[in-house]
Amino acid sequence: MTKTFIRCALVLAAFALPGTGLAQSVKIGFVTTLTTGAAVIGNDMRDAVNLAVEDLNGKMGDLDIDVIFADDGFKPETGKQVTDKLVKSDDVDFVAGYIWSHVLLASQKSVLSAEKFLISANAGPSQLAGKLCHRDFFSTSWQNDQTPMAMGAVLSQKGIGKLYVMAPNYAAGKNMIAGVERTFKGEIVGKDLTKWGKDAQLDFSAELAKAKASGAEAIFVFYPGKAGGAFMKQYEQAGLANKLPLYTVFTVDAISLPKLQQANMKAVLGSLTTGFWGPGLKTPQNQQFVSGFREKYGRYPSFYAAQSYDSIFLINSAVEAVGGNLRDRDGMRAAMEKAAFPSVRGSFSYGANHFPIQNFYLLEVVADGDGNWTTEIRSTVLENHQDTYVADCQL
Amino acid sequence: MDGALILIQILNGLQLGVLLFLLAAGLTLVFGIMDFINLAHGAFYMLGAFICATLAIWFDSFLIAVLLAVPITFVIGVVVELGVARQLYQADHLEQILATFGLILIADTLVQMIWGPQGMTFALPEVLNGQVQLLYGVEFPVYRVLIISVGLLVALALYLVVSHTRTGMLIRAGASNRRMVEALGVDIRMLFTLVFAAGAAMAGLAGLMIAPITEASIGMGNEILIVAFVVIVIGGIGSVQGAFFGAMLVGLIDTLGRAFLDDLLGLVLSHQAAETSAPAISAMLIYILMVVILYFRPQGLFGVRAS
Repeated sequence: MTKTFIRCALVLAAFALPGTGLAQSVKIGFVTTLTTGAAVIGNDMRDAVNLAVEDLNGKMGDLDIDVIFADDGFKPETGKQVTDKLVKSDDVDFVAGYIWSHVLLASQKSVLSAEKFLISANAGPSQLAGKLCHRDFFSTSWQNDQTPMAMGAVLSQKGIGKLYVMAPNYAAGKNMIAGVERTFKGEIVGKDLTKWGKDAQLDFSAELAKAKASGAEAIFVFYPGKAGGAFMKQYEQAGLANKLPLYTVFTVDAISLPKLQQANMKAVLGSLTTGFWGPGLKTPQNQQFVSGFREKYGRYPSFYAAQSYDSIFLINSAVEAVGGNLRDRDGMRAAMEKAAFPSVRGSFSYGANHFPIQNFYLLEVVADGDGNWTTEIRSTVLENHQDTYVADCQL
Repeated sequence: MDGALILIQILNGLQLGVLLFLLAAGLTLVFGIMDFINLAHGAFYMLGAFICATLAIWFDSFLIAVLLAVPITFVIGVVVELGVARQLYQADHLEQILATFGLILIADTLVQMIWGPQGMTFALPEVLNGQVQLLYGVEFPVYRVLIISVGLLVALALYLVVSHTRTGMLIRAGASNRRMVEALGVDIRMLFTLVFAAGAAMAGLAGLMIAPITEASIGMGNEILIVAFVVIVIGGIGSVQGAFFGAMLVGLIDTLGRAFLDDLLGLVLSHQAAETSAPAISAMLIYILMVVILYFRPQGLFGVRAS
């Protein structure tokens, strides 16, 4: 009798466990691009997340860290599918990642309506900063317009009167152009939006010929991932290096530079870009991150990696603040709003729409002491800069 | 919009056209003669690019890389024909599509295992990296001139082979009536292998010529193959001339659309509307062209078989 009772009790207890006990691990779904040519970005982000987990010794407070990586295949519909799976069947506590604005826009509702936290480690579409802003959404990167706004300011400072602009035809490409138009005081003499996605246009001969004939004094482009490398080569082959100085955002980075160096595309050295971060930024967290990353993977991290590293530390600050009680969502949200984690960019604060208010720097492409091509910070262009869409955010 | 710019854009269109021709020629012959739909034709384009990039870095010479990469893709073509394609000639089109789709997945994964996901790029020799003055005020990248020349030479050679040699006669005969050629005692299997491998080598040549401009990347062949199919449908399946004129037409329309459509639309629409609609419409132009041509000539411009 007693035996039977104990058996029954044990069985019942076993069933009851997941309901009564506290969670043993914090589950993070990380959505990025792990196939197609853009996989090189996704791999960089994955490496940074794994490094962050290692640097936290695999623990957030007393909880184990369980990261599930998912591939969006560079397509909004696939991104939404894998996000749905992470939310519904894996029941993660946080969904992070997202390189592409159109993928993030397609996926955000699945996460936010299921009452999970969504952390963008790259994409910063204007909609999520404005009308679609949400109390459970946070960014560890920037709003898309901000980096090109910094570039627009640089171009105006340099006294450039006529500018040609090129970007891929999707949400972020349009934001980038809107950003540079907002701060550039001269005239935009030509604009091209090129096909993007899995079968993106990579031959820019027609556009470069137009740019050359337009009478522009400089060209501004945004071509992330492999398109950036392709653009740089054609820019050099078209003989524009001495005629039409190149200003880029998110195009010349730690992803494209090693390949450009291997191909000895010297035109890229000295070209200017803007960003919130550079590998040489002297904050304690950044020095730990960059040296750790270089030691583990033998290359410079990209800004994508830096933002992904930050996303894990942001989540860590939330989990630690509530002592591992993942049900205390208000407590976790309040902790994240303080941005009280060690960020690679140094201390910053969050705006009402949960996008960082932060500095933007002018970066130049240089060869480092060992001859590796990288970017170095030259000056601060925008200080404690906040995006403009926050005015549309009703939080 | 001045004359020089229009001329440059026409050259850009020709350059895209010859690349499409190199890809479409093999596709149209294989489809026309063997009645075999090869979705994996783009894989040869990708392999040509990766093999050439690897050899160019090894030998530090683009020329040696090209001279070796083309025969290597030819050999790969022979192997694929003997190992896979040959088993499928009797099968129906759906099975061919399934099998060659499988080949695409195998090729993409193999490339990822061998070369990694990040793609490859390599430097062109100094002489090819510059500009050449074609006319006064018309400067054009040397390398793109080279692509156009090589493409046109291959097209000429192919034309001579197909219309002035015995092999070419058999190819043409095979395209119009395969059974009759076999009945006359021709070793059609040997011919098939040759045509298939030559198609692979031309696709490889196209891939290795584009690699220094864009880069060698996984799936690069699948993206362009759709356009190559448009080319052979426009030109008429089985016809090399059709592939040539179809490719030039598609190359020119696509490039000129990208170059001038926003200005043209700006004449009738507001600046804002022209700017947003032009990229979308120029991406559709070649498909609109295909629909129009199919409406008036269902067999394509140079179709040999009225199907």
